[in-house]
Order: sequence, then structure tokens, then C-alpha cells
Amino acid sequence: MYIEMKQINKNYGDFQAAKNINFGVEQGKLVALLGPSGSGKTTILRMIAGLEHQDSGDVVIEGKVVNDIPARDRGIGFVFQNYALFRYMTVYENIAFGLKVQKKSKSEIHKRVTELIELVELKGMEKRYPDQLSGGQRQRVAFARALAPRPQLLLLDEPFAAIDAKVRKELRSWLKQMIAKVGITSIFVTHDQDEAVEVSDQIIIINEGHLEQMGSPVEIYKKPKTSFVAQFIGTSAVVDDFHGFKGFQNVPEGKQVILRPEFVEAFKSDNEKFKSLISVSESGVIRDIEFRGSYLTLTLEVNGILLNTNRSLERRPVSIGEEMCVLVYRAYVLEDENAHIHKNQMLKDIDIEAL
Amino acid sequence: MEQEKKRRNCQEQNPWVPRILIGISVIFFVIMLVVPLFEVIYRSLREGISTYTSAITAKNTLSAMRVTLLATVIAVVVNTFFGLCASWLLTKFNFKGKHALSTLIDIPFSVSPVIGGLAFIMTFGRMGWATPVVEWFNETFGTDIALVFSVPGVVLATIFVTFPFVSRELLPVMQAQGTAEEEAAALMGAKGFTIFKKVTFPHIRWALLYGIILCAARAFGEFGAVYAVSKARGKTFTLPLEIDALYMAGSANSITQAFAVSSLLVLLAIIMLVLKQIVEYRGKRDS
Repeated sequence: MYIEMKQINKNYGDFQAAKNINFGVEQGKLVALLGPSGSGKTTILRMIAGLEHQDSGDVVIEGKVVNDIPARDRGIGFVFQNYALFRYMTVYENIAFGLKVQKKSKSEIHKRVTELIELVELKGMEKRYPDQLSGGQRQRVAFARALAPRPQLLLLDEPFAAIDAKVRKELRSWLKQMIAKVGITSIFVTHDQDEAVEVSDQIIIINEGHLEQMGSPVEIYKKPKTSFVAQFIGTSAVVDDFHGFKGFQNVPEGKQVILRPEFVEAFKSDNEKFKSLISVSESGVIRDIEFRGSYLTLTLEVNGILLNTNRSLERRPVSIGEEMCVLVYRAYVLEDENAHIHKNQMLKDIDIEAL
Repeated sequence: MEQEKKRRNCQEQNPWVPRILIGISVIFFVIMLVVPLFEVIYRSLREGISTYTSAITAKNTLSAMRVTLLATVIAVVVNTFFGLCASWLLTKFNFKGKHALSTLIDIPFSVSPVIGGLAFIMTFGRMGWATPVVEWFNETFGTDIALVFSVPGVVLATIFVTFPFVSRELLPVMQAQGTAEEEAAALMGAKGFTIFKKVTFPHIRWALLYGIILCAARAFGEFGAVYAVSKARGKTFTLPLEIDALYMAGSANSITQAFAVSSLLVLLAIIMLVLKQIVEYRGKRDS
């Protein structure tokens, strides 16, 4: 493990910002700390950097406990949420700052800064001030500035929050590429699950100061361990009583169940492709149709339960009030804090993937 | 149609409202400021240039000028240092009693300066608890420091009255700046003073200069606090006290002299006003 957080606790007065946090990050990995705002993820990041101090527990970097090492000696690169570029310095001076502090020679500084400016594709902008740059350009400067002193670890606090939605997507893949190119261990904080899923190798989900689950994006998506993760990830709808639904007879009565649109299939009764599934499906009525641009979201009522599913625009048109066959592939059953996956039992003998 | 509507909207706004407001402001300004200031200049020159120059080169006036400048310079230096420390502390650190400290800084704004001066007499005067400390210091080091009814007392009283000015100008600017840039610099290995010099100072320089100007302007105009601790004309009097003494003397000649000395303060005030405008303008253009 390159970085380890061991039994970290942190309080602000009565507010518990971190509750017994334990996790490790391997060298070279890109990890996302994901959680709703106010969940404590930024506090964790700042404790790793040494900008906040934990009340108890150890922060370990490369096998060394760094609790008492001040931020300036930890050798960590940090990209702030609003980039915190030095407003009264040019792009060049911003990137050179860390090297100047280290008292590197002028020629060495020049070489490194030029190299980084080329890396982040900001050639020709060296003499500009931060307020003469776009959001995306500022992020690149912040990134280059953090990397200049060659840190072993890069921390990024909501790196895309200050950028408009359109550029954000572009920058995500750019950042992922850059980090891969530099090969630096990185941890970034985000509240946007799409961002976490797209960019990171590993996701750590934080809620109310404690760690809910850590795993690869696919794991987090397909096998949520806690009820929080099941609800937080994806477009989740909570169904209060799912007892008796075809294929889910073994779900205990009165248990809450989480369904995502992709778990639900709706087809017309004359659909040839799903012919073999008609017997295992329930019948439902379309109550609402929402146009989402590239697809439709249908709200179906089945035995008094409302379910959502997405429908491709390439399929036959449907209308409100129309009767459909409804099939649920899987559901997450919530039990106290935990989530269990229940697959449709009636589909056990049917090869769904062949459909 | 649309345009016509707009025009009517404009006409509905009574054109007399701004005119009346401008009128009130101008009348107020003229009565309260322009006429009295003009009167000062007029009266000071009424007896001719030679009376004027002899008034402002009188021994007492020169002494007062020296004391005023000394008190102002020391007050500005001390309060600049103190203001920087206090606003740095209040904006970049979190600690218990932060609000209490912030309120304490404002005390000279809310307390009458005379009370400030009297408090100094109570503390450092013959009956004050600090007097033995000062005496002990004098005996031990062979010095002859007196804090009340002396120039050091005048300086202290001036510092007391002007100490919120610099920090009050810095606080909002430093608050708005936040701590992220300093943290970024710290993470790159910079130490306290480097951070201040390279990151914080460029942000606050205009606010600092503005605070210094306000502090200086108040320092050489101060009357109340200084009046309480300064009783020796020609030795510890400042310009405002000298003006008061000349005026109170009551003879036609001394009143003219009082106005002549006053004109010096008016001149200083105008210089400060111009400096203030320049600093404000440069500060705005910079940010």
C-alpha cells in the first residue's frame, strides 16, 4: 500500500467529520473519494495533505507515519477546488513557484516549467495571469503547478466542479490520460458519480464521515454492499414492498427494495424476441412517459407498485395507458444498513444474455 | 410601441427626485464643509502673508508640528504592524475567542477618545498601577521615561485611538481572499514569511496603504485622547492642541494665528484625501 489511512477520526465541535476511516491506496492508482456534499470526503483529502489534523489515527505514506510532518514537508501535490492559482503571478510564475521555494537553479526551473507547459498544452500562455484564462486552462495550470516539484502523490479536490458541463467531460478524459502519462498515485474528491465511474480505478464511497464501500467502479455499481451505496449509485428508485412480485417471492415482506431502470424490462405482449419471457412477466400499465432526448423513461404500474424503465427510441412507440409485460431482472433488498442482491429466480433457467 | 412604453416609464420617474436629492446634498456639503474650510483659509490670510508665516513658524507651532509628526509616524508604524498581525490571525487561523478579539479591536471606534486618554492617566499616572513598573524600569536602566504628560504619552494615546484603522481595512480583503492560495503555497514547501511576501501581500497592498492613510489622517487630527495626557504647551502639545490654545487665548491676533495653524491641518487633510483617491483608484484597477 502506498497510502494508508488507519482508524482516522476527526471532529469539528459536535460534528463528526470522519468516523474510523480505514483504507489503503496502491501506488499508481487513480482513486475517487465519492460522497454527497458534507459527507467528509474533502476533510479526508485535507488530512492526507496535512492541511487538517486528525484527532486520532494514523496517516501512512510509503510505510511511514506522517502525522507529525507538516504539509510543506509531505511532498504532496494538491489541486484545489477553485484552483487557488496565485492571482498576482503569471502562468509561468505559478508553475515555477514550488521549484523556486526548493531553490532550484534558474535553468533547471526553466526546463521543468517549459516541460510542464508543453505537457498541459498551454504553450504561448506563459505570460498570462489567471484571470485571463478559461476555467479549463486554469485547471491545467493548477495541475502543472501541483506536479512541478515532482510529488509522489497528487490530491485533487473537486477538480471539475468549477468548469461548465460541456468542457467537463472533455477534461475528465484529459485528466485521466495525463495522470496515466505521469504515472502518479492520485486521489480525487467528487460528488458526481459519473465522474468517479469514468475517471477512477477505484472508488471509495463516503457518507456522513464513514467509509461505506471501496471497490472498482463495476463492483460498486453491480454489488453495492450497503443500502446507502445501493441508493446513491445509479438512478435508484425505492420500492417499499416488493413481496410477491414474480420471481421475487422469496423477498421478505415489508422490506424495502431498490430498483434501477436497467433492472426493469417492459415489452409488448406480441414481442417475438421476449416471447419466452411472457410467462414469467407481470402485466403493467404505462402511467407516464418522459422524453429524455436519446431515450424514453416509462413509469409503469404493476400491482400497485410504480417502476421506471428506459426505452430506446428505436423500439416501437408506446402510449400512456398501454398495457405492457414487465420483467425485473434483479433488485437490491435492503436490510438495516446492508444491501443484498436478489436475482429473478424464474430467470434462473433462461439464458438472458442470449436475448 | 415597446419603445414608447419604455419612454413613458422613464417619464413616470419624476425628474425632480434626483434634482432635489442633489440640491440637499450640495447645500449640506456647502454649509457643513466648504464654508467652514473656506473660512479657515480666509481668516488665516486676512492679516497678510507675514502674519501667516510668523504664526506657522512660531516656536510653539513648530514644537507642536514635531510632536504631531512624531506621534503620527510612530502610530502608523505600530498600527501597521499590529493591524497586519491581527488581521492575519483573525482570517487565517481558527481559535477560541476569535470573535471576542475581533470586537476588542473595534473598541477605540466606540469609546470616546477622552476616555482612552483618561484610561492612560489611570494606568500610567501617579496613582496608576503601572507606575511602579515604569519607575523600576527607569531605575534599573537609568532611563527617564514618563508615560503621562509627556511625548511618549501623546504617542501612546494616538496609537490607542488609531489602532483599528489598518486592521479594519485589511480584514474584509483577507477574508475574501480565503486561505486556499496560502495553503497551496504551503503545500509546495513555502514557509510563513515567503507565503506572506509572495502570496498574501500582493493581495492586500492597496488595502494596507488605504488603512495607513486613514490611520495617519486620524492620528494628526486627534484631539480628545491627546488632550487628556498632554498639558505642556510648547513641549507635548500637538497641532490640534496648539490651535485650541491659540484660539482660547482670545486676542484677535492669536485667533488669526489659530486659523493659520488650522490651515496646515486642512492642507494635510487635503493631501490625505488626494492620496486616498489615488490608492482607491489604483486598488480598483488592480483587482
